[in-house]
Amino acid sequence: MSESLLINISIVILFLPLLGFTTVVFFGKRIPKLYLFEVAILGIALLLSIIVAYAKLSFYNTKDIVAAFTWITMGNAPSPGAINIELGFKIDNITVLMLFVVNLISFLVHVFSIEYMRGDKLYTRYFAYLGIFTFSMLGIVLTHNLLMMYIFWELVGLSSYLLIGFWFEKKSASDAAKKAFIVNRIGDIGMFVGILILFTQYKTFTFDVIYQQIAAGNIPFGSNAWLTAAGILIFMGAVGKSAQFPLHVWLPDAMEGPTPVSALIHAATMVAAGVYLVVRIFVMLTADAMLVIAVVGAFTSLVAATIALTQNDIKKVLAYSTVSQLGYMVMALGVGAYAFAFFHLVTHAFFKACLFLGSGSVIHSMHHEQDIRNMGGLKRKMPVTYYTFLISTLAISGIPLFSGFLSKDGILAGTLAFGKLTGHWFIPFIGFTVAGLTAFYMFRLVILTFHGEPRDQHKFDHAHESPFVMAAPLVVLAALSIFIWYTPNPIGAADGWVIKNWIKTPAQVVPNETRFDFMKPSTEEAKAEIHGEVTHSVEYTETMHWAHYPAMFLSLAVAGLGILFAFMFYQWEKLNADKLAEKIKPLYNFSLNKWFLDELYDMTAIAGTLSFSSILAWFDNKVVDGIVNGSATVIRFVSRMSGWFDTFVVDGFVNFTAFFSGFVGLSFRRLQTGKVQTYIVFVIFAIIILLMFFKPF
Amino acid sequence: MNFYDIIFYIFAAITLLSALFVVTTRNIVHSAFYLLFTFFGVAGIYVLLGADFIAISQILIYVGGILILLLFGVMLTNKITNVEIRTGTVHMLPAAIATGIFMGAVVAVMVWTEWKSEPSVIPLTTTKDIGHLLLTDYVLIFELLGILLLVALIGAASIARRDEE
Amino acid sequence: MLHVGLTHFLIVSAILFSLGIYGIVTRKNAVMVLMGIELVLNSANINFIAFSKYGNFGLGGQVIALFVIVLAAAEAAIALAIVLNIYKTFSNVNVDEIDHLKE
Repeated sequence: MSESLLINISIVILFLPLLGFTTVVFFGKRIPKLYLFEVAILGIALLLSIIVAYAKLSFYNTKDIVAAFTWITMGNAPSPGAINIELGFKIDNITVLMLFVVNLISFLVHVFSIEYMRGDKLYTRYFAYLGIFTFSMLGIVLTHNLLMMYIFWELVGLSSYLLIGFWFEKKSASDAAKKAFIVNRIGDIGMFVGILILFTQYKTFTFDVIYQQIAAGNIPFGSNAWLTAAGILIFMGAVGKSAQFPLHVWLPDAMEGPTPVSALIHAATMVAAGVYLVVRIFVMLTADAMLVIAVVGAFTSLVAATIALTQNDIKKVLAYSTVSQLGYMVMALGVGAYAFAFFHLVTHAFFKACLFLGSGSVIHSMHHEQDIRNMGGLKRKMPVTYYTFLISTLAISGIPLFSGFLSKDGILAGTLAFGKLTGHWFIPFIGFTVAGLTAFYMFRLVILTFHGEPRDQHKFDHAHESPFVMAAPLVVLAALSIFIWYTPNPIGAADGWVIKNWIKTPAQVVPNETRFDFMKPSTEEAKAEIHGEVTHSVEYTETMHWAHYPAMFLSLAVAGLGILFAFMFYQWEKLNADKLAEKIKPLYNFSLNKWFLDELYDMTAIAGTLSFSSILAWFDNKVVDGIVNGSATVIRFVSRMSGWFDTFVVDGFVNFTAFFSGFVGLSFRRLQTGKVQTYIVFVIFAIIILLMFFKPF
Repeated sequence: MNFYDIIFYIFAAITLLSALFVVTTRNIVHSAFYLLFTFFGVAGIYVLLGADFIAISQILIYVGGILILLLFGVMLTNKITNVEIRTGTVHMLPAAIATGIFMGAVVAVMVWTEWKSEPSVIPLTTTKDIGHLLLTDYVLIFELLGILLLVALIGAASIARRDEE
Repeated sequence: MLHVGLTHFLIVSAILFSLGIYGIVTRKNAVMVLMGIELVLNSANINFIAFSKYGNFGLGGQVIALFVIVLAAAEAAIALAIVLNIYKTFSNVNVDEIDHLKE
């Protein structure tokens, strides 16, 4: 398979969902069952992406395939030089992996939705929205420049707005959609500014060109601080999209959307876009920027995990769990564990999508009951859902033999190494705490939902196992949560093909003095860096090896502890959760009310905005309107004067001209009698005059 | 002043006087009959100029054809209750002044111009020569006129015929 | 001066022409206007024949006069047909009242 064929297939993959979207949007009403066309298109895209991924990983493993063309040429201005804006695609290992993940989950969600959304009155439009969302997400994955990235970024924002607000008759849903959109905008402003900083300096949006420039020592405005700022600002976009603290508030609300949408957008793809963006800009992050990213990620994961402990809505728990895991990935990128961060992105996408679809299955069979306090005992009624859900839960909790363990262990080892090398011990501390909390609340969720006795007998009696099209995606996703797909060694991902062969940490390009010490390659490795493979010092590699086993045992210990407590509280009821909650009431409420962050925003940002707007309104009413009205009065007076002038002088002149013309016309009209005889008389007179003039006699 | 001159003056007088009556009489039928005299006078003048064939043609065509045609026109376009078929006149005065001045000017031109005149011999009978000319030098015009007359015949019939209801 | 020459015929022709014009201009009735036209044509014919005789042009002038007579006949026929149509439309043939194109 040649490179150009690879690129062409990727472009086909990109545009297939768009084709589905347009077809379904325009003909969905006339042709029934057209949604199946959209599903089929996703199936084709999935097949093609598997082919592309296989070809790329087998035959072009170390080679990036780029295809670009110049979109806009702004000429060659004297001082800024030639400005050309390129559009293009870049296919590297990460791209094809993301292509596969996005297409697979999108396809499974499509299949799942066929049953889940049946009977909805906007059924076909729902599939159209899924199509445009998939298109936007694939655009982000495939692009090779920041401009296209930004365009598709906003498209993702738009389509997620449409999907979250899909049941827009519900006020909560439309509010959630607006909230998601606006909160995302806040992050995007930062991203936009960051992009513009880079563009101002390099006159291009293309990643590779920018990185080459930075590697050559050309940094924005000649200052490392600007480079740090650009990295952090672009990271702000990821903060918005990937729901990092403090912009994470939109994601739990976004659960108002249909559950398959939550699985697609809020587990696997859209929120992963932020992480993907950071992965893309990883090589231009300075030590300061990385520290900021690590702290934001760590804090996010902690906040979300503590909130998830007390939530009672099945989807809310999963939402906060997602936020927490995204915080993990961001933190991993911040501490330099690039490969494990991306690895976790992939594994998390599978098991979290499985969890969301499983919850969708539960909600579907319980007739849209989402409160776990009304569930229980569903294990008997829904065995397939239960076992797939359990596998995913084990994966997210970090139990060996499952995919989550591999990636999470890598991340924790990375933080441990980071703590040892830099002295920032609080980051691994948070990491392990969150691992324990995750295990606890996930098992709380499983136990309350599936184990024990049914707490709402009526709904329980109506519950039933989901049909095949809903169960099949669960099975596929649960299967992908097993270690064997990623590595032959169930306790160490480093030997697996994913880490060893597929995901290569790219070489940092920022100046040496701005890097962490462990990111500076030792002398003999510096030569290898030219090939863009080695970015760490020998010391880092050794520390990672050292950290591997401590991290593994520690994470197993905290996960086991979390699971133990979960069973103690909810399965065996040795401990009473309600009593404990009563005892630590303030803390419990703090967590239940999501750290009061929404209230805080209401009081500060929103109230501030509102009062500022009312001040502006007052200013508008009194000052601006006063000026406007005053000038209006003056202008009215002047207009009246000029109107008078118009009426009497200008119109007078015009009317006089018209009157004069009319008068002359009327006078001459007499001559035009319409009678031939009169004309003959005139002719005779004319001949007489001519005769007198020429005097022939 | 010989006999030729006297006859010329008589014919000129007949022509001009009857023409004057043609354009001044109010009764249309009278006008038509005065026109008959005018044509006769003009025919006489033709004879004086040695154009005997033209003079005969004048009488045949004008008197026998056109005048009758005009009379039919009068009859068909007036409700015939009596012979007093009158016509109104318009702007007599300006027309009289204009044509008067015009006539004076043209007559002055005719009188004051130095005509290059060259006496020529006109044969006693011109019919044979005219016939010869018509079929030699003027044959094209002759043919065209034949077509024209045909067209006029058809056209007149077509224009004047009654619309089929 | 009393001896008749070219000039006398031309003067007769000129006067006849002027009378024809006068008739055309002053008469209301379309048939009368046609009579004026015949006068004008006759005056032209007199000119043709007079020049034919006094200018030594052979018989060409007479032939042209013959053609004019023929044309006059054709013209009279067409004109009278038109007059008849006018009469059918307006119930009279007064040319000063037929001015619908003026509007």
